[in-house]
Amino acid sequence: MAPFSMGKTMKYIILVFFAFLFLMPVYVIIVTSLKPLDEVSLEHMWALPTSIDFSSYARAFEELAPNFMNSVYLVIPATLLSALLGAMNGYVLSKWKFKGSETLFTIILFGMFIPYQSILIPMIQFIRTIGLYDTIAGLVLVHVVYGLPVTTLMFRNFYANIPDQMIEAAKIDGASFLGVFRHIMIPLSITGFVVVAIWQFTNIWNEFLFAVTVTTNETQPVMVALQNLSGSQIVQWNVQMAGAVVAALPTLLVYIILGKYFVRGLLAGSVKG
Amino acid sequence: MKKLYGFFFILSLVLVLAACSSGSNDAEGSSDSDSEGGESSSTVEIFSWWTGAGEEDGLLALIDLFEEENPDLTIENAAVAGGAGTNAKAVLATRMEGDDPPSTFQVHGGDELNEGWVAADKMQPLNDLYEENGWEEKFPEELIELVSKDGDIYSVPVNIHRGNVIFYNKKVFEENGIEEPETFEEFFAASQKLKDAGVTPMALGDKNSWPATQIFENVLLGVLGPDDYKKLFEGEIPFDDERVVEAVETFGKILDNINEDHAARNWQDSAQLVANGEAAMLNMGDWAKGYFVNDLEMKTDEDFGYFEFPGTKGEFQVVTDTFGLPKGIENPDEVKKFLTFLGSTEAQDVFNPLKGSIPARTDADESKYDAYGKEAMKDFGESRLVPSLAHGSAAAAGFLTKANQAVNIFVTQRDVDNFIEALKTASQEM
Amino acid sequence: MEEAPSKRKHKKGFTKDQWTAVAFLIPSIILILVFVYGFIGWTGYVSVSNWNTLTPDFSFAGLKNYIYLFQDFRFQADLRNTVFFTIFFIGLVIVMGLGLGILIDQKLKGESFFRNIFLFPMALSFIVTGVVWQWLLNPSTGINQFFQFFGITPKWYTDTNILAGFEWGKIEFGVPVAIIAVVIAAVWQMTGFSLAMYLAGLRGIPNELREAARMDGASEFQIYRKVVIPMLMPITVSVIIIMAHISLKIFDLIYAMTGSGANFVTDVPAVYMYEATFKGNYYANGAAIAIIMLLVVAVFIIPYLWNSRKGDN
Repeated sequence: MAPFSMGKTMKYIILVFFAFLFLMPVYVIIVTSLKPLDEVSLEHMWALPTSIDFSSYARAFEELAPNFMNSVYLVIPATLLSALLGAMNGYVLSKWKFKGSETLFTIILFGMFIPYQSILIPMIQFIRTIGLYDTIAGLVLVHVVYGLPVTTLMFRNFYANIPDQMIEAAKIDGASFLGVFRHIMIPLSITGFVVVAIWQFTNIWNEFLFAVTVTTNETQPVMVALQNLSGSQIVQWNVQMAGAVVAALPTLLVYIILGKYFVRGLLAGSVKG
Repeated sequence: MKKLYGFFFILSLVLVLAACSSGSNDAEGSSDSDSEGGESSSTVEIFSWWTGAGEEDGLLALIDLFEEENPDLTIENAAVAGGAGTNAKAVLATRMEGDDPPSTFQVHGGDELNEGWVAADKMQPLNDLYEENGWEEKFPEELIELVSKDGDIYSVPVNIHRGNVIFYNKKVFEENGIEEPETFEEFFAASQKLKDAGVTPMALGDKNSWPATQIFENVLLGVLGPDDYKKLFEGEIPFDDERVVEAVETFGKILDNINEDHAARNWQDSAQLVANGEAAMLNMGDWAKGYFVNDLEMKTDEDFGYFEFPGTKGEFQVVTDTFGLPKGIENPDEVKKFLTFLGSTEAQDVFNPLKGSIPARTDADESKYDAYGKEAMKDFGESRLVPSLAHGSAAAAGFLTKANQAVNIFVTQRDVDNFIEALKTASQEM
Repeated sequence: MEEAPSKRKHKKGFTKDQWTAVAFLIPSIILILVFVYGFIGWTGYVSVSNWNTLTPDFSFAGLKNYIYLFQDFRFQADLRNTVFFTIFFIGLVIVMGLGLGILIDQKLKGESFFRNIFLFPMALSFIVTGVVWQWLLNPSTGINQFFQFFGITPKWYTDTNILAGFEWGKIEFGVPVAIIAVVIAAVWQMTGFSLAMYLAGLRGIPNELREAARMDGASEFQIYRKVVIPMLMPITVSVIIIMAHISLKIFDLIYAMTGSGANFVTDVPAVYMYEATFKGNYYANGAAIAIIMLLVVAVFIIPYLWNSRKGDN
């Protein structure tokens, strides 16, 4: 009959099939990262390395380590701030609509589409004017601002699902603007926060263009160091791939830690109440 | 509720952390920019796109040697990788526009320097440096011309790569009884032989269009000869000259001999085709030698050989990295000290063997270089030097970008008239 | 700027809480006005200037740069590629994300395992995944080695054919076959995100709703079609907009994976903009590309705004 009543086995088969497809490139990345460079070639991309060689990881780790903490100092405040601001904006724009709020929303939303390559020069000049050039704080600011449209959009549309009656009820109980936000919206949107955090964390962690232009040398985040593993003419793909795996570990860790908030029923219970 | 407080606690903690870390950076930043202080002005920032194996080692060795000789000066290594310098150029452009030039930066000799930063009035002439060190005798005249505009010299060349080299798989050549071709006829005859034997004659990886442009510039050089090649880019010979048309047609014929998946490969991937014998030849700058030897573990003159691109014997397509002195920096005297160092044989002989290039000076110590390097140094001293188009020396960046686009379209469409038309239109802006 | 008059007009009707609400928006609005609209203004100004060398030249050029672009083979190809890339990319990301989301939402064992596998591609930087997909879809060495068993060897991103093409300006307009390869890579990387969005959405739907529908005798399929998917509409809108901004600005992936492609079959405006501005020093041309892209976005955003307005009233 319908595809949703198919057996558990069928569901697993589909999931495993897609998991396999999704892991295929990961296989290539990992296999490549374990090869010495003379084995890295298009013709042998599928082949397992003749001997496991961790030297790429050693080299990648050594090169990435100095910039690692910069990324941490960048990504945590930037993610939290943009998520928090986005949640508040989304809350106002979905539950406290006023005349012109849709226009405001569009004005914010439009910011998402600005092509960053074209605004680098005025952006750097502005950051320099306010004295944040070559600082992590400057980079945090840039990421928070350009993250706002996405986070606002996501929260606004998550909150659109929360029935207005719940807020009305709370207001009747005397809850204020902030009270509703803290006691109803935030607890109800934990999964939303998780998705936003995943998005922002990943994007900011992996972002290169702002990182390389707003900061120089000692303040640069890890993605710049990852790029710097490649040379002007010759790229050692085994080191590059190893670096990519190393640099992706924190993001993966975040997915796994935050993953528990995806558990079904967490939300349903509170909505019921 | 508890969770929420926890959340805000972490948030505030992080903010404090961030404030601390940025605070300390601020302090560093301000001491850097407040130029008066004795300590801060002793930093020289060297901006380049040398981050890969070999070249980074060379750069770091340079820095170490300089700091050893000048203990009162520190060098800050500001290197930005990726895209054969495109990322670095973007960062450099934003910094220059924002009046925060690095103390000195890597730039290809020729029009990338002259029609770029010099024309934009961002560079200071270095004539006094050349006079003091007697460099006019030490660097080849045609190389100094490449870093000069209107009689002033603007940068110090550090290394030389050669663009008109064809690398080939020795075994494949031997098996098919092929000699190194010197003319286009010999080249096409050899290609036919290889094709008949089921070997791709020429490997090309033009995922980025410059390797194709590099073939084209070498064909141009082969057909026009060095003087008219230069005249073409100086605007004295128009792009619809019949010899340019002939060159385009020859370029088209070469493209009939390339691997089918050329668009799926970058130059390294195409070099692999030569290494494993699927293809016989590769036209590439001689950094390819470093890739063959160091990374693919092949032996020069045993596994692979090399010869000049057909019709370009005695000519040397120059790719040179140079460093200049931007306007508006705080400590020009210290930077000049560093530039003097970069121009010395001592520095060049430290850097180039590691980078796999040859020194720009003609009086360097040959014994520090491998067999290929020795031969290239000899050729460099004796050959006519011409600026490379594909690497930004022969024409301004604007023309190069449009030429790359035209080449990309030509590789697929093979429309000679269209290609000539595009080059001509673009050349009017030069 | 625009909101000021409307705010003033309704001043009287605002309660204290409503003022707080507006106050909460103000920091964001100010930041956006500077960082987005201020800089767009600057870009717009550059786009009508003559700044096409390293030397800044702000003299007025009129629409010269725009006219140049619309007559340019490469830019026309870019527009075509963007249209088809966007359609395929968004469509597939939604279908895959929703489909996998529903499957994972079935209280299966190993749920978090599968979720993390599908999320993992997002964690990798585009620059690396671009290269891996370049290898995987290389027509002679990639997955074609498996496909050969079945006698099919697609040329992937090296295919210069345009499906259903017809002459349009300087280019052939139609579906560039090569773009499909890029779509595959982009979908691989971004499906995890739409999956997470849909999972969050699915988890926000009270179980009682499904129970109620089940009581009414609806089949599982009907529950999804009539109850769940409509409730996920706001999420779908988010996904569409977020994926649209990715597809319009996509840069790293294409730059690393295929570059511009033979005959510009995989070129996109962001790559053109970057190369024009920072390789060719065509600052004004690059700015004009940015402005055109923003205008295209406006064309899509305005109907959305119109719709959500209607929904309010």
